[in-house]
Amino acid sequence: MLQFWFRVSLSILSVVVFAGCKESTWNNPYPAQDAAANILYSSFDERPKHMDPAQSYSSNEIAFTGQIYEPPLQYHFLKRPYQIIPLAAAAVPKAIYYNKQDEALPDNAPVNDIAYTIYEIKIQQGVNYQPHPAFAKNEKNEALYLNLTPEEIARKFKLSDFAQTGTRELVANDFVYQIKRLAHPRLHSPIYGLMTGYIDGLQKFGDELRRADTKLKKKEGDEVFLNLNIYDLSGVKAIDRYTYSIKIKGKYPQFLYWLAMPFFAPIPPEADEFYSQPGMEKKNISLDWYPVGTGPYMLTENNPNLQMIMERNPNFRGETYPAAGEPGDKDAGFLEDAGKPIPFIDKVIYSLEKEDIPSWNKFLQGYYDASGISSDSFDQAINFNNQGEAGLSDAMREKGIQLITATGTSTFYMGFNMRDSVVGGESESARKVRQAIAIAVDYEERISIFLNGRGIPAQGPIPPGIFGYREAEAGINPYVYEWVDGKPQRKSIDAAKKLLAEAGYPNGRDARSGKPLILFFDTPASGPDAKARLDWLRKQFNKLNIQLEIRSTDYNRFQDKMLKGTAQMFEWGWNADYPDPENFLFLLYGPNAKMEKNGENAANYSNKEFDALFERMKNMLNGPERQKLIDQMVEIARRDSPWLWGLHPQNFALYHQWHFNSKPNLMANNTMKYKRLDPELRAKLREEWNQPNLMPLYIVGGVLVAGLLPAMFSYRRKNRAKGVAA
Amino acid sequence: MFAYIVRRVLYAIPILIGVNVITFALFFVVNKPDDMARMHLGMKHVQQENIDKWKQSHGYHKPLFYNSEPESGGAFTDTIFYTKSVRLFAFDFGNADDGRNITRDIQQRMWPSLAIAIPVFIAGILLNITFALIMAFFRATYVDYLGVVLCVILMSVSTLFYIIGGQYLISKLLHLVPISGYSADIETATKFLILPVIIGVIGGIGSGTRWYRTIFLEEINKDYVRTARSKGLAERVVLFRHVLRNALVPILTGVVAVIPLLFMGSLILESFFGIPGLGSYTIDAIQSQDFAIVRAMVFLGSVLYIIGLILTDISYTMVDPRIRLGAATV
Repeated sequence: MLQFWFRVSLSILSVVVFAGCKESTWNNPYPAQDAAANILYSSFDERPKHMDPAQSYSSNEIAFTGQIYEPPLQYHFLKRPYQIIPLAAAAVPKAIYYNKQDEALPDNAPVNDIAYTIYEIKIQQGVNYQPHPAFAKNEKNEALYLNLTPEEIARKFKLSDFAQTGTRELVANDFVYQIKRLAHPRLHSPIYGLMTGYIDGLQKFGDELRRADTKLKKKEGDEVFLNLNIYDLSGVKAIDRYTYSIKIKGKYPQFLYWLAMPFFAPIPPEADEFYSQPGMEKKNISLDWYPVGTGPYMLTENNPNLQMIMERNPNFRGETYPAAGEPGDKDAGFLEDAGKPIPFIDKVIYSLEKEDIPSWNKFLQGYYDASGISSDSFDQAINFNNQGEAGLSDAMREKGIQLITATGTSTFYMGFNMRDSVVGGESESARKVRQAIAIAVDYEERISIFLNGRGIPAQGPIPPGIFGYREAEAGINPYVYEWVDGKPQRKSIDAAKKLLAEAGYPNGRDARSGKPLILFFDTPASGPDAKARLDWLRKQFNKLNIQLEIRSTDYNRFQDKMLKGTAQMFEWGWNADYPDPENFLFLLYGPNAKMEKNGENAANYSNKEFDALFERMKNMLNGPERQKLIDQMVEIARRDSPWLWGLHPQNFALYHQWHFNSKPNLMANNTMKYKRLDPELRAKLREEWNQPNLMPLYIVGGVLVAGLLPAMFSYRRKNRAKGVAA
Repeated sequence: MFAYIVRRVLYAIPILIGVNVITFALFFVVNKPDDMARMHLGMKHVQQENIDKWKQSHGYHKPLFYNSEPESGGAFTDTIFYTKSVRLFAFDFGNADDGRNITRDIQQRMWPSLAIAIPVFIAGILLNITFALIMAFFRATYVDYLGVVLCVILMSVSTLFYIIGGQYLISKLLHLVPISGYSADIETATKFLILPVIIGVIGGIGSGTRWYRTIFLEEINKDYVRTARSKGLAERVVLFRHVLRNALVPILTGVVAVIPLLFMGSLILESFFGIPGLGSYTIDAIQSQDFAIVRAMVFLGSVLYIIGLILTDISYTMVDPRIRLGAATV
C-alpha cells in the first residue's frame, strides 16, 4: 500500500515538475506518441445501450453500428436527392411483383393486384468478417471457442482474453439469420412489430420461436442457446451461398430503405452461438457489447463510461470514394478523393463527454476534430450578418474552423388532439380556431429566441430534402403565410382574430357563454429553459386573448395522456427513418392514430380523403403523379391544421481545417469511412495553441508566501515567549 | 464488541428490507412496467406486442406485491417485488434492464470513483484539520479573522463554479492539465486527476475548516490544555498531541461514516471531468427507468452506510478508551 502511495506521490511530483520536459503540451489528453497518428477524435454524451444490430435504433448507437456492420444497401455519400446504392449486396435488388396465383406481374401492375413482392438479393463474394474468436479454429478445423467449459469461461473477462481469432466469408445465410433474429424472443428489436406487417411469415415465426424458447428454457435452463437455423422463416430464404430472397406482403417500395439500416446487416450464427454460452452474458461478453461485422471498422474497445475505440478492420474487402456527386461538390472539395480506397482514417476514438463546456473547450484546443454548437457557446462561434445569414465569428475564422450547416430531415410540431371537443374535430369552428392559433404562434420568433436561428419554420409535414417538399411560393402554407417581396410573411394577428371570431370566440371569449377560451397544453418539459419557452408560448396565445394553461407532467404521465387521448395540445417531433414522404405523411394517417392504435399519428387526425390519398401515394414511385397526390394531401392537412407545422431544425457543425470530406448526409449512418484528416497539420496547430503558461501560478504562489510570512514570524515569536497568553 | 457488531448486523436486516420496500414502492408509483418498456424500446414504432414481450422477458409482467392468480407460483413469491428483491440479499444484482451485468459495471466503475474520492478525502481532512489548527493557534488575530472570512466565501461558492472556473483557468487559459479525461494507468492518470482532486479539496475546505475550528476552539479552553501549557509544552505539541486527540470523537463521527460511501463517487466532478466512475450510475438509471440498477445501488448504498455507522462506533473505542460498545446502559 505504501508503495502505491509512494508511486502516486512520485507521479504527482513528476507531473508538476517534469511534465514540461516530456511533452511540449501539458493539457494533451492523449498519449504523446499519438500526436501525429491518423486518429479521429470525437465525443459522445450518452452511452450507447445496444451494439446488437437487431436492437440498436438510437442515433448514438447507429453512429457505431453503422461503421461496423454492412447491410445490403447504403445511401450515396454525395448525391442528392438521397440515392440508394449497393453495400454488401452486389446490386440494388429489383422488386418482382406477384399476384395471388403466384404469377409474376409487370412493374406497373396496380397495387391491388399485387399479392406479394420478392426481393432477390445477390451479395458480394469474397467479403470476410473482422477477426473474431467465434471463427477461431484448431488444426482439425474445429471451432476453438464454441464449446467452452464453465471453468474456461470463468477465466475470461473481455473479448480480448480469447487469444485466437479467425474469420470466414460472408454468406447469404448470415443475412437470413439476422432477419430471424428480429423475432428472437430474448431480443427486443424495435422494428419487429412493424416488420411483421411486411415480411411474410415473420409473425408466425416469432410465435413459433417464443413457444420453442419457453420449452427449451424449462428443459435446459435460461441460458440455453436457441438455434435459429433449425426454424424456418417462410418469407426469407437463402437460395444459394450468395443469394437470398425476402418475400414482402403486397407492395412496399420503402423496404429498400430498411435494407440500408443495420437491422438487416448480416450476423454470423457462430457469433450468436459463441456469445450464448452460459456465463458469457454475466461478464457483458455479448453481441450487444462486442459487435461482429464486415464493415470498414471494428470496435476494439467498448468502455462506454470512458471511451469507445474503432479501428480499421484488417479484413475489410475495400471500397472506393465516390467518383461523382451533385453539382457544387467538386468546388467544395468533396471530390478530391474520388476513386481513392477508403477508409482513410486508421482509428476513431470517441470519448464520453457528458457536459458541453469541457467538450467545446477541447474542440477549441484541437483535441476534438469536429463539434456541434451548444447554446452556451453559440455566440462565441457564430455571427449573423445583416441579411440574417449565419457565419463564423472572427475567433473561429482565425483558427481556420469551417462551418457546415444542413437542414434536418426532421420536424418538430405542436399538435392538437383531434378527438378533443374544443380544438379537435372536423367542424368549421374548430378548424378556424386551429388556423387562428397557427397564425398567432410565431415560429420565426421562437427559432430566433430559443434556437439561435437554427431552424426554418415548417410549411407542412414534409421537411426539405424529402421528395414532395416544395420550395418558395409554391411551398408556403396559405392559411398562415402570404408571399410578400419574394419571401413568406406570417399573416397579421388581426387575420387570426377574425378567424377566431368566425369560430365563435370573438376576442377570445365564447360568444354564447361569454366565458374566456381556456386551452390546455400538456408537456413533459421542466426546468428554467422550458419555463422560458412555455412563458413565450402563453404570450403567443395571449395575442388572441386565449388563456393557455400549461399542464406540466412527467414523461410517463405525458405518454399515458397521449395514448388515452386526454391531452389537448402537445409538442412532438419526428426524425426521418428514410427519405420518403410516406415516412412523414403517415404521421397524419387515420388508422395510425396514437389513441387506440398506439400508432405514430399523435394528433389522432383522421380525414377520409387524406387517408385515401395516402393509401394511393404510399406505394408509388417518385414522379409527377406522386407529387400531385402529395400536394393534395398537404393542402388538406394545411386546411385542417391538426398541427401547427412547427419547424425543421438546422444542424450546425464545426470542423477544424485538418478535417476533410465533411459533407453532411442526414440519411447515411456509415460516413466515417469517407472522412479524411491531416494529422501533421493537427499536431502542429495543437502544439501552437496549447503552450503551458506558468507565470500566473508563480505570482499566486509568491502572494501566498508573502501573506504567510507575518504568520510564521508570529508563530516563532509565540513559541519563544516565556509565558502563554491567556 | 463482537456481540455488539452481530447485533448491529441483525438490526440491519429489517432496515434493508424497509429500504427495499420504499425504493420499490417509490419507483413503481412513478414508473409503470409499460413505461419502463417504452423507455427501453425507444420512441419509434413501438407496439403493444413489443412492450408485452419486453415485460415478459424482464419479469415485469407479474403483479407488483400480490399475485391473486390461482395458477401463480405463490401469492407473494410470484410477484415483481419478491423476484427482484430476494437475490439482492445474496448480493446478486443480476443484469440491468438493458442486459448489462450490474456487478461487473460496479466493479469497473468503482475504481475511477475511488481514484478521485480517496485523494480528495485524505487531502481534504489533512488540510482542513491543519488549517483549523492554524486558525485555532492564531485565534483572535488577523490570520483567524481572514481565515474565517475566506472559509465563508469558499463555502458560499457553488462547486460548479470551482469546476468551471478551474477548467477555464488551469486548463483553457494556462494549458497546464487536460480539461477532462481519464486513464487507468497511474502515471498518466495523475494529469487527469490532479485538477478534479484540487477542486474537490478546495470545494470542501470552507465548511470543513470552520467545523474543525469550532471543535478545536471548544477543546482549547479546557483545563487539560491549560495544564499542558503550564507544563511548558510547545503550542504545536499542545495542539497536535492533546487538542487534536481529544477532538477526534466528533471528527470521527463525520469522517468514518462516509468512508464506505467514497466509492459511490461524485456526480458533478465525474460528469465535468469525464471520469468513468459510479457518480452518475444511479442518476442515469433513474432517468432511463432501469429499476434493476436503481434497486441495486440503493441497496448497496444502504449497506455501506450501515457499515459506515458500525465502523464509526468501533472507531470511538479506539480513540477514547472510556467508550465501551455494547455495555449495559443505566
